[in-house]
Amino acid sequence: MPEPLPEPLLRVENLVRRFGGIVATDNLSIEFARGELHAIIGPNGAGKTTLISQLIGQLRPSTGSIRFAGEDITHLPAWRRSRLGLARSFQITSLLRDFTAVDNVALAAQARDGHSFRFWGNARKEKQLRDAAQSALARVGLGHRGEALVSELSHGEQRELELAVALATKPQLLLLDEPMAGLGATESSRMVKLLADLRREVTIILVEHDMNAVFALADRITVLVYGRIIASGAPAAIRLNEEVKRAYLGDQHVVTRHG
Amino acid sequence: MKASFDARNIIAGLIVAGLLLLPVFSQATGNLFVLTLFTRIVIFALAAVSLNLIMGYGGMMSFGHAAYLGIGGYAVGILAAEGIGSGFIQWPVALLASALFALVVGALCLRTRGVYFIMITLAFAQMAYYVASGLSRYGGDDGLTIYKRSDFGGLINLSSRVQFYYLCLGCLLGGVYLVWRIVNSRFGMVVQGLRSNEQRMQAIGFPANRYRLVCFVIAGTMCGLAGALLANNTDFISPAVMYWTRSGDLMVMVILGGMGTLFGPVVGAIFYLVLEEFLSQFTEYWAMIMGPLLLLVVLFGRGGILGLVGRLSRA
Repeated sequence: MPEPLPEPLLRVENLVRRFGGIVATDNLSIEFARGELHAIIGPNGAGKTTLISQLIGQLRPSTGSIRFAGEDITHLPAWRRSRLGLARSFQITSLLRDFTAVDNVALAAQARDGHSFRFWGNARKEKQLRDAAQSALARVGLGHRGEALVSELSHGEQRELELAVALATKPQLLLLDEPMAGLGATESSRMVKLLADLRREVTIILVEHDMNAVFALADRITVLVYGRIIASGAPAAIRLNEEVKRAYLGDQHVVTRHG
Repeated sequence: MKASFDARNIIAGLIVAGLLLLPVFSQATGNLFVLTLFTRIVIFALAAVSLNLIMGYGGMMSFGHAAYLGIGGYAVGILAAEGIGSGFIQWPVALLASALFALVVGALCLRTRGVYFIMITLAFAQMAYYVASGLSRYGGDDGLTIYKRSDFGGLINLSSRVQFYYLCLGCLLGGVYLVWRIVNSRFGMVVQGLRSNEQRMQAIGFPANRYRLVCFVIAGTMCGLAGALLANNTDFISPAVMYWTRSGDLMVMVILGGMGTLFGPVVGAIFYLVLEEFLSQFTEYWAMIMGPLLLLVVLFGRGGILGLVGRLSRA
């Protein structure tokens, strides 16, 4: 008798999402194993963001199902998925701009700590929340920037803060939507180093255009084209896959160099 | 940053001291009018403080806040007309009715955002206005005279000008304190986070509308209290207090004083109502002067009067 396969952390089955006549997610089935860093790549318009939005609960699938840690989450709202341990960072930085960095992270820690119908005590003086926030900030290298307003942070720092916020919710699964977007070379390599560190602690789904980062980090790569998976496997196999080369890698190298 | 806080705190301290000493001044000079005027101001300040909680801190632009003034007022007026004069019944009913109205209106309005939210809160307040106009048993359009103020036994006599003033002031300061606690609490952080970026707050696990709705109900209830005070102050309640221009006045007070600042609405209410009183002595077209003034404050004093003070003290 062969051992039964362990239940994947996230399982997507026959997912379909149509926008009018366009099928952005085309009967997609994919599994994300616990402890993996699984990258999703694909040319622009491949349906990566549509897929992510469905995983995160911002978009309802037309048909199909999503199971997370054994639970059907297909119809759960975004905030509930977050409570279950599914955290995300946004492709376009989305933070509380008029809050300080540490307040941003402390709110994430607060979300993790049950409901917030507490009307009396001063939340900024709660040591447990502040400490959690401070350690998440330190984790991404922003330990010294806690008191700065988000609007005063550089773009790179904001990307790191996005990550700290996601980490503070103590996720089982981290969904990173282009964390390198708009980063310079040094910032990019810092982020790669950070992710290489994090992957040991948490399962990560990484959507990224930066091919160097993807091939440096991923345990597994899935290639999406027109809402369908054309290949999925270890980086070495993907690199050699003829269909992938044709559909994607050739073009993309040009795109990344210039963009 | 530090300096602006200090300047604001000084202003807040001066206002509180002034309001506390006002009856003394009024008795010493024999100027009863100033006490009457400021009783009204303190009541509207409480309403503005409650509006500021949802508008300034919560980012919910309610254009129907005067409805709660009316609901609180009518609760007192109708019960009084039916022979129930005890404040211990009237006031809880006023608060409860306001809370219920806020719960229903909020549950429906909070499905919308932006301009639609403004319009739908306005629509509900206007509905309340027309319902009150249709209450022929309670005076309809003409309003309802309240022959006896709320009776709190021997505890406090609302017919005494000074006692009533201090009751109103106590409610105002209590309201400001409550808002201060709330906005710094976990709940308040969530509400302000939602004002800043709802998508982000959902992503870290907060169900936006539940928090908004609770905030909306707290503000409505607080304004209902202002309504109960107002009805006692004027010994009269009419649909006019719910009219949309009243809601507009409250918004103007909040914006004038400084949205999302603790004492802003108090400053705004004093400024607005004193100016109204003062200008209307000279011309009935006082709004012609008030309008441009408001424009100036909005254009040059982002953050209202308190914001302006903050920046001047830093310069």
